[in-house]
Amino acid sequence: MTGTDWPLWEVFVRSRRGLSHTHAGSLHAPDAEMALRNARDLYTRRSEGVSIWVVPATAITASSPDEKDPFFEPAADKPYRHPTFYDIPEGVRHL
Amino acid sequence: MTTTAPETEVLAAVFDAAVAADERIEPRDWMPDAYRATLVRQIAQHAHSEIIGMQPEANWITRAPSLRRKAILMAKVQDEAGHGLYLYSAAETLGTGRDELLDKLHAGRQRYSSIFNYPTLTWADVGAIGWLVDGAAITNQVPLCRCSYGPYARAMVRICKEESFHQRQGYELLLTLSRGTEAQHAMAQDAVDRWWWPSLMMFGPPDDESAHSAQSMAWKIKRHSNDELRQRFVDICVPQAESLGLTLPDPDLRWNEARGHYDFGAIDWDEFHEVLRGNGPCNDQRIGQRRTAHENGAWVREAAAAHAAKHGKATA
Amino acid sequence: MTAALALGDDALVLSHRLGEWAGHAPVLEEEVALANIALDLLGQARTLLSLVGDEDELAYLREERAFRNVQLVEQPNGDFAHTMARQLYFSVYQHLLYGQLAAADGRLAPLAAKAVKEVAYHRDHAEQWTLRLGDGTEESHARMQRGLDALWRFTDELFEPVEGLPVDWPALRDGWLAQVTDIVERATLTLPGGPGGGAWTAGAGRQGIHTEPFGRMLAEMQHLHRSHPGATW
Repeated sequence: MTGTDWPLWEVFVRSRRGLSHTHAGSLHAPDAEMALRNARDLYTRRSEGVSIWVVPATAITASSPDEKDPFFEPAADKPYRHPTFYDIPEGVRHL
Repeated sequence: MTTTAPETEVLAAVFDAAVAADERIEPRDWMPDAYRATLVRQIAQHAHSEIIGMQPEANWITRAPSLRRKAILMAKVQDEAGHGLYLYSAAETLGTGRDELLDKLHAGRQRYSSIFNYPTLTWADVGAIGWLVDGAAITNQVPLCRCSYGPYARAMVRICKEESFHQRQGYELLLTLSRGTEAQHAMAQDAVDRWWWPSLMMFGPPDDESAHSAQSMAWKIKRHSNDELRQRFVDICVPQAESLGLTLPDPDLRWNEARGHYDFGAIDWDEFHEVLRGNGPCNDQRIGQRRTAHENGAWVREAAAAHAAKHGKATA
Repeated sequence: MTAALALGDDALVLSHRLGEWAGHAPVLEEEVALANIALDLLGQARTLLSLVGDEDELAYLREERAFRNVQLVEQPNGDFAHTMARQLYFSVYQHLLYGQLAAADGRLAPLAAKAVKEVAYHRDHAEQWTLRLGDGTEESHARMQRGLDALWRFTDELFEPVEGLPVDWPALRDGWLAQVTDIVERATLTLPGGPGGGAWTAGAGRQGIHTEPFGRMLAEMQHLHRSHPGATW
């Protein structure tokens, strides 16, 4: 960090109870406390959230899009993880 | 990441296919250098427009004639700062930091919408900006919500949602003036007279002279041509002006049954190019204020960074 | 309702001063933060003034001598440190004041209960910046100290009892001094009067005696409204 360039923070907002935090955008702040406050002003000024996470952008490790296929392939071939994999007789409810 | 020529060909094919299929390009995807450069240029110009655009309206915050209007105007100018932030963030995903873009703006090496080089001379100008300038901006921006670059499209969705109040407040403000005292009505008409033509220029040069349009359309960064959007805007405004009880300053404006659109007079492109070249009424003033704010704020930004470093809160 | 007028004028005038920052803030994030605080205050002012009469008549058609705000809030912005010093002194005061009002039974209790949450944020914002500027660079430290020093003389007036407010004023002063001292010391700064020291003040804003910059502020604020008598906006 040079003298005046504040680091970048990624902002995640829980829009209401029961939902998970979702990436809302990013902002610059000198430290975590200020990042949280700036995030509140910027991303929830129309009451869009009940909880905020801020994460230094440099702390995020992302999968590489080049590895897209091998990285996500194992999940794609396990359709049994999805409820639609299973045939349920008609008339059976609450499943 | 270095890639060999055949690899690049494959990546380019994947990119083209994604764009063709209306899929979004995301930050870590491979993209042509020119696509990245075009996006950075466009998003930066858009972000700069938001923050320079705060000035002509902030000019009236301290003189707003009612507390209700004052609250609305402050909230609107605040939104513009927020929109600037969303957009700088979108540009940042392409590897260009906000500081770098601001430096370019301050050095006059990147542009902002030339509309903000016109002065706000009366209170009615706040209304005219809301109705016409924000109206033109929305016409431009709604298609950008489907732009091929994901972060830009997402920023635009958020911005368009927030922007809708901006245009409405402007219209309501003008309507109140138009229906008010004689002096207020005259103030409203004068503002519309001054802002109409510059608003039409906001869509950029005519299609046959637009330098970047064709490639941007192919990449689905842009979805409609300048002239198409301009026509759409004129068609929307004419009936709105009638409801306002105000006239648009164009004697050639009339409905063309055959085209199904309003015909309108010739735009003074010399004026447009002059303003673009820096010769508008407020170019120096706008950049000057921006630069001063940035320079005056340097010690504040340094202090916060120094505090974070001292207390082990710095992250990078 | 002299009390509502006094508190309403405080909020109205400080909101106006913060509104002057629009387009001039040191960093974009702070444009958004300052506007948020200004909007909260303007909302409080409108509610309070409406208890007294027509909000616009009160804001735009009163002469300077009829305003009842403390002199602290009308002080020009100065640099960012000066503004933060003003915010610190005022928001700690307002937070404690509204806290007491919300707990009491008075007419202002519902309003205070809502406002105290907003003001808690203003106070926090001022605290965060005081800490960063005080314990930042040499320059920011000097600027923040200058701000605290310059505005100190306007703080005594804050604790002059306002008629009709169910407030324990000595307790308010003690609480304020304790909190401001704590923040200022953590920021490696010095409180001008020192803990327990009184601030000399010529302040009589509550009696309608204001400082010279206030007249100019009102001239700007009221000019358009007054130029069109009877018009609606």
